[in-house]
Amino acid sequence: MTDLWWGVLAVCVGCYALKLAGLSVPPAVLEHRLTVRATALIPVGLLAALVAVQAAAGDREVVVDARLAGVATAVACLLARVPFLPMLVLAAAATALVRLV
Amino acid sequence: MTDAQNHDADPDPDADRAVIRDALGVGIGVGLYGVTFGALGPAAGLSVWQTCALSLLAFTGASQFAFVGVVASGGSPVAGALTSVLLGGRNVFYGISMASHLQVRGWRRWAAAHLVIDESTAMGVTRPTSHQARLGFYWTGITIFLIWNLTTAAGAIAGDAIGDPEAIGLDGAVAAAFLGLLWPRLDSAVPRAVAVTGVVLALLLVPFTAPGVPIILGGLSAVALGLVWGGRR
Repeated sequence: MTDLWWGVLAVCVGCYALKLAGLSVPPAVLEHRLTVRATALIPVGLLAALVAVQAAAGDREVVVDARLAGVATAVACLLARVPFLPMLVLAAAATALVRLV
Repeated sequence: MTDAQNHDADPDPDADRAVIRDALGVGIGVGLYGVTFGALGPAAGLSVWQTCALSLLAFTGASQFAFVGVVASGGSPVAGALTSVLLGGRNVFYGISMASHLQVRGWRRWAAAHLVIDESTAMGVTRPTSHQARLGFYWTGITIFLIWNLTTAAGAIAGDAIGDPEAIGLDGAVAAAFLGLLWPRLDSAVPRAVAVTGVVLALLLVPFTAPGVPIILGGLSAVALGLVWGGRR
């Protein structure tokens, strides 16, 4: 098996195990205040880092290119409450357009 | 919640229909963007089968996008899987909040667990009775599961056929997807500060670390700072 398949397998097993754990553990185990706050913030920190890297990371350098136009379009769409799917299409179109010119 | 509410003493067909209608609306809307995940898989170097396996077996959107995003940006599958599973951690708490409504044992628990995601929980926990919570949860979860997997397959096959994903701006769309998943969580000062810090730290780390590392290290450092800030309040 390739490394990529092992990665896919790890994601599948890990994510399912977490879902099953939620339905199986007694609630008191995880209701500690710090755990609850950390769990709410982990997606925020990781998603923010993912946005940054996806929008502006090149080969070991920060680059400004057409992707930033996609992110700017996404911000405008989110402020205007455009639904998820049209937002992605507009962001892709903006990125492609800026790349073309 | 009182006992009277918890037991399903008063079936209310109108309310039930409203719950199912809402669940179908959310389920179809969310399920359709599986097509974007599907298209991104091959763009990141995954095969059509690997892309479909993630939707079928991991079935939790943000984690799937994260794995593909890290791999696409040159990160190792290990870094991708770590980011992905860390993001999936919130599903533990969704499960805890749904468990008392679902009351599932044995194989039913194993099946219900697979449906524990953002949207099914959101459409379930807000209901006034456990009966309606179950309706919202299962109708949303099953609708998304079916459509998400069909659209993933369609997107993956189409994405595989598109030679150059960057020519149609797919990389910009991935950044937009992460932003769209992040946006509703920025509802107060601490998450906003964590998000800004996460962006800054990740970009600062890019020149000095292997691809994938800025996401995990930058993102989690921002979370640690957020816990300190939040704790002072």
